[in-house]
Amino acid sequence: MWDYTDKVKDHFLNPRNVGEVENADGVGEVGSLACGDALRLTFKLDDVGRIADIKFKTFGCGSAIASSSALTEMVKGKTLAEAAKITNQDIADYLGGLPKEKMHCSVMGREALGKAIAYYRGDLEPEPEGTLVCDCFGVTDKEIERAVLENNLKTVEEVTDYTKAGGGCGRCHEQIQAILDKVGTECMVEALAPETAAQPKLTTLQKIHLIEDTLEREIRPSLQKDGGDIELIDVDGDLVLVELRGVCSTCAAAQVTLKGYVETKLRELIAPELVVEEVTA
Amino acid sequence: MIYLDNNATTAVAPEVLEEMLPFLKEQYANPSGMYTFAAEVGRKVGEARERVAALLGAHPDEIVFTSCGTESDNTALRAAVWSNPDRLGVVTTRVEHPAVKNLCEHLEHVGHPVSFLPVDGAGRLDLVQVRAAMTRSVAVSSVMWANNETGTVFPVAEIGALAHEAGVVFHTDAVQVVGKIPIDLAGLPIDMLSLSGHKLHAPKGIGALYVRKGSKFSSFLIGGHQERGRRGGTENVPAIVALGKACEIAADSIERERSRVRRLRDRLESALLERIPNARVNGDVENRLPNTTNIAFEFVEGEAILLMLNEEGICASSGSACTSGSLEPSHVLRAMGVPFTAAHGSVRFSFSAYNTDADVDRVIAVLPGIIARLREMSPFWAEQTCKMPA
Ligand SMILES: Cc1ncc(COP(=O)(O)O)c(C=O)c1O
Repeated sequence: MWDYTDKVKDHFLNPRNVGEVENADGVGEVGSLACGDALRLTFKLDDVGRIADIKFKTFGCGSAIASSSALTEMVKGKTLAEAAKITNQDIADYLGGLPKEKMHCSVMGREALGKAIAYYRGDLEPEPEGTLVCDCFGVTDKEIERAVLENNLKTVEEVTDYTKAGGGCGRCHEQIQAILDKVGTECMVEALAPETAAQPKLTTLQKIHLIEDTLEREIRPSLQKDGGDIELIDVDGDLVLVELRGVCSTCAAAQVTLKGYVETKLRELIAPELVVEEVTA
Repeated sequence: MIYLDNNATTAVAPEVLEEMLPFLKEQYANPSGMYTFAAEVGRKVGEARERVAALLGAHPDEIVFTSCGTESDNTALRAAVWSNPDRLGVVTTRVEHPAVKNLCEHLEHVGHPVSFLPVDGAGRLDLVQVRAAMTRSVAVSSVMWANNETGTVFPVAEIGALAHEAGVVFHTDAVQVVGKIPIDLAGLPIDMLSLSGHKLHAPKGIGALYVRKGSKFSSFLIGGHQERGRRGGTENVPAIVALGKACEIAADSIERERSRVRRLRDRLESALLERIPNARVNGDVENRLPNTTNIAFEFVEGEAILLMLNEEGICASSGSACTSGSLEPSHVLRAMGVPFTAAHGSVRFSFSAYNTDADVDRVIAVLPGIIARLREMSPFWAEQTCKMPA
């Protein structure tokens, strides 16, 4: 069972502001039945442009309902400019946190609010929709980019937790990775540009640590999924000596795995001059 | 608490617990020992083997104890593949438990051509397709006896016969069947059968594999001489004794309990369908386990239903995406083509001999209100009711 906070349980079991505001000034809808969750937000402004009334209707799991309920409470009395600043992380924080697999519920809240505000401003198609990346859940590159930036996402799995993209057939994982890489480098250029130039060369010890860490976190899990395994034997300058285990050791494609996957990953993540060789027992 | 999730696991029967306790306390000998202390334990393991065999209509030598249903499935399929190296193919269905499904996907990954047979909207296989899939290049076929999510029962006698016509080994995952409907393997074309203790009131972590006499076999857990060399590892004596007792109880009570449980299930099902609009049963209602009902409540989401049932102290499960941590509804419902409007809101109630009429009454009393409340909140429900004629 999910580890929901008391606040999530409370907003799920006693949801605030369920329903539909009549003659709404703003209407925002996201999600679909096929996706497994959907949210319809309606709000009305008062004379001074503050949200006087806001209601939701949600089809979805406990955390989807709780996120919707929380959002309506959070924005009541706010101007649209203030409301538009709310991020999905704010919604999750308000609820005392959400399980990471459920973060997409908070993203849905933020998106519906964005759409409702755009509707009010007469901007029926808010921001360019982008191109579809995940067919299964109808998620575009723009939506993924935004979630990556706002939540500092690093892996495809995290993108799935936050946006659902990639949670179905899995065919778009490469595209998601490409978006991650793109956003990642853009951020690096922005944030790290002055530093990268001056970055000192890795010491051997740092390099070994990084290689161990990368093997452990990035490479082993994916080999193990196919019944294989890998072990770091030694690092000699730029030469990384490893031993393949399990089905990998007898697999005809071992060289492909080694050069095409392991070496590429290590070069990409640590240093481009690394060379991976297999030691045979 | 009202426990209606017996296809997930069951309570250990008090008689079973009592029977196993001495083997967790004073009777701790390793059955391989050369002393009376061990011989007594060994005798009890033998008795358990007889009891399991009796429930299945098998010979005790045909029973191999394992650590769980999953190990039984792995042992069966790997044994069949390894001992028939001249055939590569594997035949199975799209609705197997992950213990078989993921194993077959793995076998496919390492070079075995696997046919995953489709099912129709009621979860049934097409025997013409089954026959066509069973060719001389297939080593093993594995079709579950009954599906854990919907309770749909497959015609394993016919499927086994089709397998044998092509010289294909036939394995069935009977984890959901053993203890629920009578089985007599003597007359059936089944080469291997998996069962799991915790589905019939024995503890978790004990299973068995039936291997028909004369079948080619190869161990999955290679080690000592235990289980006549078919499964290494010192026997889990308390759990084996428990499984034996659970099988003995099942053999005695199966006829009586199955009609009682069926009546409870049917009463719940018809009352819910009557009181809740836009609800439908998933699965083959003609051929179904007596204890299982899987009902789709349209336009609401399964996890939300379960959380509200939980507030009422009722335990059930769902094929909805949100409950599993995956984002798509269960592979079984998708294979059946259950529309998304319904798949996300599917709830499974599964009974055991410990359920009562009072349990059923309670669910009937609270569930219609829960569904109505969630539909009130659902943006699709209003649309739906508007479309419907008054
Ligand atoms: C049909 C089926 N097969 C196999 C299993 C796995 O059994 P175990 O949990 O003992 O590994 C289960 C139990 O969830 C099941 O329902």
